[in-house]
Amino acid sequence: MSHERIDRLYRSESRRVLATLISLLGDFDLAEEALQDAFMAAMEQWPRDGIPASPRAWLISTGRFKAIDRLRRRARFDAMLGELAARLDDRAAPDPAEQDDQILEDDRLRLVFTCCHPALPPDAQVAMTLREVCGLTTEEIASAFLTGPPTVAQRIVRAKAKIRSARIPYEVPPRGELTDRLETVLHVVYLVFTEGYAPASGDSVVRAELADEAIRLGRLLVELLPEPEVLGLLALMLLQDSRRAARASADGDLVLLADQDRSRWNRERIAEGAALLERAASSGQIGPYGLQAAIAAAHAEAPTAVATDWDRIVGLYDLLARADPSPVIELNRAVAVSMRDGPSSGLALIDAILERGQLDAYHLAHAARADLLRRLGRTADARAAYQRALELTRQEPERRFIEQRLNELARGPGGG
Amino acid sequence: MNYLCLVYADEARLALMSQREIDALIDETTANNEELQASGHLLLAQALEHVEAATTVRVRDGKLSATDGPFAETNEQLGGFVLIEARDLNEAIRIAGRIPSARIGSIEVRPVIDLLRERSAR
Repeated sequence: MSHERIDRLYRSESRRVLATLISLLGDFDLAEEALQDAFMAAMEQWPRDGIPASPRAWLISTGRFKAIDRLRRRARFDAMLGELAARLDDRAAPDPAEQDDQILEDDRLRLVFTCCHPALPPDAQVAMTLREVCGLTTEEIASAFLTGPPTVAQRIVRAKAKIRSARIPYEVPPRGELTDRLETVLHVVYLVFTEGYAPASGDSVVRAELADEAIRLGRLLVELLPEPEVLGLLALMLLQDSRRAARASADGDLVLLADQDRSRWNRERIAEGAALLERAASSGQIGPYGLQAAIAAAHAEAPTAVATDWDRIVGLYDLLARADPSPVIELNRAVAVSMRDGPSSGLALIDAILERGQLDAYHLAHAARADLLRRLGRTADARAAYQRALELTRQEPERRFIEQRLNELARGPGGG
Repeated sequence: MNYLCLVYADEARLALMSQREIDALIDETTANNEELQASGHLLLAQALEHVEAATTVRVRDGKLSATDGPFAETNEQLGGFVLIEARDLNEAIRIAGRIPSARIGSIEVRPVIDLLRERSAR
């Protein structure tokens, strides 16, 4: 019985055990302490007595008793904790060993919905999900989001305080509220993914750990709650992630979709994404994530950039713009139109979006516009648009990419 | 657990409403309060005079001062409150969402604390 085996069990079981301990104890901090206590006890006892038949049930039950002990000890200073300990102990709680897996899985879902509760600020939802559901450390979360550990720690402390003081319940929302609440959960997962796959700032094109974590979360959600949009989101992440290796050059420079070496796309991820997309589509209720996945699939299926079915992609953007209207989607649609009908058609659409004053501070709008101007041979206008994009971008590889385009334009018209 | 639902709205916008619209809003609010009463969630609901009728009172160094207006100038003003009893925040949010003025302004949902319990360390 090696400690390695316990380490492995910790990785595979600790989040499940924590989810159920929060449910039993009604408090995040108490449950986390109980989880640590339970694993400490396991480290001590299992090498001596052997691994119990159901390690998960053993850990839950041990954690619960350790928490009651802790409360009893603290009760010497605070009478209320004594009452709580008595209630926890006295409660005809079902023996965790007897609980079926469905209840434990429900606890994991409760944990997800509580961490992503809309009453918590968005950055706290992200931090809580990565900390409690994924088990990342505060330091890992901080480094992934390029912020300090104290900032992340404070977000988590405040979120837990609000869960306690405002009494945010530990529950999966009822059917009638599920769609709205699920939207927040999916948004958090996708935010983690995009921060990993296309960081808003910093010096790398991808931060792989975050993208992997988001995909793991997506798989967990598909397992627990296979709604069409949950399938759609996982499909979208897998299809986008299939291009990860081709998206950056050896020097860490950004490689555009059209210039990527398609033999480096991950076929396994594409196949898995396509299968999930089919499952989502067969429900007949495809939503914004499913539609974005369908667009990613259309790219993934094209053998070359030229052979891309742009007509189909424009059609999917039309549906997406109706399902989830946003200027960014309009921008992407305009780029697809430019690929189908030529740069001047796309340019007219982008100019119209920018004229409405939307997206004026969005670097990709100016970069897309600059590219179309470049293709039309309007070099001076293209330069001005790239300059604007350069002022707005906060990501180092994107900055290098735009600078390269500017250099190419400086070498003379038609040079790109 | 008790929650105070503070009803905020832009008074300038309310002033543009026709008498018919105001009547409809009052009827809806009264009906909603009756429903909350019947379901056992309502503790107290009141509408407030507009902020121009507000006076802010302070006592500093034993001296009382009363000044015109609310403590803070904001886009939306406190126009009323509904004190409710709810199982948890999710139920409180559900109840707040049914307050008719939520469609015009916004509702701030604040958990109420038990002051005596807060003071327990004596």
